[in-house]
Amino acid sequence: MNFNILSLIIFLPALGAILIACTSNSRAKLIKYIAAIFTLIPLILAICVFFSFDRSPTMAGVIQFEEKASWIPLINAYYHVGLDGVSLPLFFLMTLLGFLVVLISWKIDLRPREYFAWLLLLEMSILGVFASLDFLLFFIMWEIEVIPMFFLISIWGAGRKEYSAFKYVLYTLFGSAMMLAGILSVYFTTHSLSMVDITARGIASYIPVVPQALMFFLLLGGFAVKLPVFPFHTWLPDAHTDAPTAVSVVLAGTLLKMGGYGMIRVCVSIFPDAARQFAPILISLAMVNIIYGAAVTLKQTDIKRLIAYSSVSHMGFVLLGIFSLTTVSLTGATLQMFSHGLITGLLFATAGIVMHNTHERDINKMGGLARQIPIITVIFTIAGLGAMGVPSTSGFIAEFMTFLGSFQSDILVGAFPIAKVFTVISILGILLGAGYILWLLQRVFYNAPQDKFNGVHDADKLERVYSAIFIIMIFLVGVYPSILTNVIKTGITPIINLLGG
Amino acid sequence: MSIGLEHYLILSAILFSIGLYGALSKHNAIVILMCIEIMLSAVNIALVAFSRYIVPLQLTGQVFAIFTIAVAAAETAVGLAIIIAIYRSRETIDAGKIDLMKW
Amino acid sequence: MFDQNQYIWLIFLIPLLSWAIISLILKPFFKDKPKIAGYVTIAAVATSLLLSIWVLVTVLGEPHHELEVPNISWVIIEGGATINLGIIVDSLTAVMLIVVTVVSLMVQIYSQGYMHGDAGYHRYYAHMSLFTTAMLGLVLANSLLLMFVFWELVGLCSYLLIGFWFHRPSAANAAKKAFIVTRIGDFGFLAGMIYLYANTGTFDTAELHQMAISGVLAGNVLTWGAIGIFAGAVGKSAQFPLHVWLPDAMEGPTPVSALIHAATMAAAGVFLVARTYPLFEHSAVALQTVATVGGFTAIFAASIGLVQNDIKRVLAYSTISQLGYMMLGLATGGVAVGIFHLFNHAFFKALLFLGAGSVNHATKTFDMREMGGLRKVMPRTYATFVIGALSLAGIWPLSGFWSKDEILVKSLENQPVLFALAMITVFMTAFYMFRVIFLTFGGEYRGKEHLHESSSVMTIPLIILAILACGSGLLNVTGGFSAFFGHGETYSVVEGLFGIFAHPLPWLSLILAGLGIFTAYAVYSKKWLSAEAIGKRFSALYKLFYNKYWVDELYEGIIVKKVLMGGIFRVFQLFDSKVIDGGINTNFVQGFIVRNLFGWFKSFDQKGVDGAVNGVADTTLIAGKTMRKVQTGQLQLYGLIIGLGIVALIVCLFLFG
Repeated sequence: MNFNILSLIIFLPALGAILIACTSNSRAKLIKYIAAIFTLIPLILAICVFFSFDRSPTMAGVIQFEEKASWIPLINAYYHVGLDGVSLPLFFLMTLLGFLVVLISWKIDLRPREYFAWLLLLEMSILGVFASLDFLLFFIMWEIEVIPMFFLISIWGAGRKEYSAFKYVLYTLFGSAMMLAGILSVYFTTHSLSMVDITARGIASYIPVVPQALMFFLLLGGFAVKLPVFPFHTWLPDAHTDAPTAVSVVLAGTLLKMGGYGMIRVCVSIFPDAARQFAPILISLAMVNIIYGAAVTLKQTDIKRLIAYSSVSHMGFVLLGIFSLTTVSLTGATLQMFSHGLITGLLFATAGIVMHNTHERDINKMGGLARQIPIITVIFTIAGLGAMGVPSTSGFIAEFMTFLGSFQSDILVGAFPIAKVFTVISILGILLGAGYILWLLQRVFYNAPQDKFNGVHDADKLERVYSAIFIIMIFLVGVYPSILTNVIKTGITPIINLLGG
Repeated sequence: MSIGLEHYLILSAILFSIGLYGALSKHNAIVILMCIEIMLSAVNIALVAFSRYIVPLQLTGQVFAIFTIAVAAAETAVGLAIIIAIYRSRETIDAGKIDLMKW
Repeated sequence: MFDQNQYIWLIFLIPLLSWAIISLILKPFFKDKPKIAGYVTIAAVATSLLLSIWVLVTVLGEPHHELEVPNISWVIIEGGATINLGIIVDSLTAVMLIVVTVVSLMVQIYSQGYMHGDAGYHRYYAHMSLFTTAMLGLVLANSLLLMFVFWELVGLCSYLLIGFWFHRPSAANAAKKAFIVTRIGDFGFLAGMIYLYANTGTFDTAELHQMAISGVLAGNVLTWGAIGIFAGAVGKSAQFPLHVWLPDAMEGPTPVSALIHAATMAAAGVFLVARTYPLFEHSAVALQTVATVGGFTAIFAASIGLVQNDIKRVLAYSTISQLGYMMLGLATGGVAVGIFHLFNHAFFKALLFLGAGSVNHATKTFDMREMGGLRKVMPRTYATFVIGALSLAGIWPLSGFWSKDEILVKSLENQPVLFALAMITVFMTAFYMFRVIFLTFGGEYRGKEHLHESSSVMTIPLIILAILACGSGLLNVTGGFSAFFGHGETYSVVEGLFGIFAHPLPWLSLILAGLGIFTAYAVYSKKWLSAEAIGKRFSALYKLFYNKYWVDELYEGIIVKKVLMGGIFRVFQLFDSKVIDGGINTNFVQGFIVRNLFGWFKSFDQKGVDGAVNGVADTTLIAGKTMRKVQTGQLQLYGLIIGLGIVALIVCLFLFG
């Protein structure tokens, strides 16, 4: 394809950010329309990309929509972007959320120029992470994302916003530092920055400058902070709690997925042996994430914090799926990343509306809202059902495939089938999940209506429209998962071949 | 089915876990003390069982168990005395509130 | 490729369409004409009923009582998993389709009267349509996965309908409890299903049957798989120890209780075991588990039902008890015996619930202490209720007699101990049902409402169900029902009707049932014996029954509140906020790295080597200052860390040693 469609999708939001930066704060309407247009066009282009992506089995492992240009020849760095079955769903998800968060932010009136500029820059950097196939480009995109996040949380946030922003940056940089060390050690081993080439040749064919396990863990460190993996998860609830709603949606929807995506793209693909060797440890951590995350979720009383902790639990499923190292489990993990982006995105968006309209975020002080805001109740309930993994929502099929795959896994410790046993324990996570979601619904929406919430506004037109888009997507993937699994499997098959299948 | 060493050990482990759970989760210092006693009893069972099944001719395990019981009694006495002393000065025996040793 | 059997999909797609019409068109645009929602639902269910009858007739005509319907592939991952969606139509499906559509239709018609004027009329019928869809889907599904999908969806509808009046805290609690308790069972179902898939590579029930029969699937895999599936059935069918949700589920509207929590969804567990019966048949352990749980639940729930004052709760415990019978019948006598009881029970229990709803409509209460004397005011409700009660008590020749008798015969052959329990339960059943009748319909009215008979839209379904409760048992008089399921012999009508009295067993059960009715008559109608005196005499037993063996208190008060929320989860939460976040992250990252390390770099820069020496001292000092925060003074936190450390050491030893 001569037409550089991927670059166009990635850099249109950046162009929009520059345009917005040139306007003035007083023209809020104009700024919002610019932001909407510069995220809508990438979304439409991404839909085209999604449907023209070749799903035939012969295309397994082939990078599509590839673009490659020499960038810094001295160190073999290329501007190299492209999509395969793993990155396409997440790339598409980001363009979708990118557009939706602009709609979600429609009511922002504080310094809109800067806000929307940062938001669009954020979208660009995340799209860049999912599309890059060159380590340097990947790392730069990964780092750019921190800057808008810092400002978005610390200026437009609530509560202890500065503390949370700093905490987020410190954790991310801590992870990035490890990742940079990992990337450098890979570079000095292979003298290449191309993920595709290194994966194709196999890291084992080089003479490593440091032990392979060390490289693996350095890179994993960066991704683990992002996913987040216990015990590096405590930045997440703080950042979510204090971030503005739209940023929470992006944070839960796609930022966390950068961690899971990195694990599949780098840790598992480039270091298949190390991944197999250390899988038991990571599966154990996944189980801790799921059960511990769900248990802590049950004790939360702040609505956004509760949803944030539930993400910790849900990301445990992703980790479990990735390191069970089977076709089905990796497919399930990718599907879970996509599904969680939609479901938790919707949960945060609706929680944001509830908080905005009622001026209340303490669950124990809410109650009886179903009578006053019935439409929000329905939307929130649907999102909650998705998070609980009720069939016909995308949450069910994703979790189910993860379990199915990880139970097929043959990862052992001695004679102990650790993957199977920990999968069964992890299934308890959906039980706890039903517990915290239903309890949340009961405490917020059920029981007798309270007078103090009389006259609270229900969802307005715009809010209904973007919620409907979320809901349609959740059910579409839940009822017809093949639309995604057909794509994902073209990306997973070569990885399984590398693992010696 | 005959009763073997492992049955005693499982009993001991169960008792120990119950005691440990209580010692960690209860607020009342006296309950914590009681839970510690349960843990000690669990250890006694293990000692006697090992002695009986591994070296049946020697009484080392039983002797140790008796020592443990004696020491446990002393420990309880001292522990109760301390609890009373704390109660007199602070009007509470909630373990969560007794944090004089904090940094 | 489009053969006529594909039309079977319509059976459950039509109610789905009705749901879509109500929630997407009627609710937003025809808010002031709620009646239409009821008509749409009734029309949809009636169409499904006609299609179901067509299916039944077709299946009866087939030599093996089965229809072939092609699968639709859902998810295919080469080398990993192929998941198909498909439907199975055999004798079991055909019978269940009839049960679900008939009871659903009756309940929908009845609800027009019962829910008249309720603000949530649209919502009610939307949920009811969705429930009917999911239940029909569950009955039709041919794979464990698809069954699980519908299994969860019926659970969801049950949640929504129990919590229909969500402004009442008790209803909101009951809904949540129902969903979570059944999900404990679903955990077993899901795990068992995945376990079976990992060992056989299929979810298809027919293929699993083949493997179980040919012995490919055997031993531990079969046993654990079957027990996992049974765990799901225990949750849904409210068997001990997961029975606690069903009595609370009575918080929902009464027609919902009749349809969901008596006739169909609660019986879905029995259906699930019947659908996967070959798996149980080839594992003695699994079969014994089913029999024991069923037999024990039957008497356990009946004993609680003896002393309840809420009419719906008596019926709820009766349902649990009868579901236990069905499980016992399945385990001892096979699919036909268990399903025959399910079939009969669906009609008479729906009848009883709807009758209780009719009573509630007049008296505005479910408390039997505020009823009495309704016989004169509500003759039609009274007559139909008595028919239902006689049938449930197992009086010849009503339907309950026939199916219960078969269960008793089979359990005497295979499980003598459980047979004895089942016989005691026969007495209890007759007693508590007639206790309800004498308290509700006999004597003088004790409440304050103005009484009236319910409208005909409510009583006609009662009459139809009463006819079914009389007649449905006769289907197996000639052995025809069993033969439909592929076993048993057939007799002539007269031989079937009266030949049964050649054996002593029916006499015994009839005498016990009669004794139960007579005792109820003596205590509650003639008051020869005072109920209070009996209660005092056996006060320990009375307290035990009245407080439902304190199972709820054990689960909610001790396990959930103390052990989980107050114990383990609280410790996790403390650990998260104090140790991970406070202790390690804040102190280490911010305190140590930012203040110390960066401070050290700074002083190194400023003062050179000399400064470095000071820096080391400062580092030590500040490190001490920050690290001491770990000393929280909380004794139990130290204990916890020591404990976790030991566990970690043991795990390391186990993994690497």
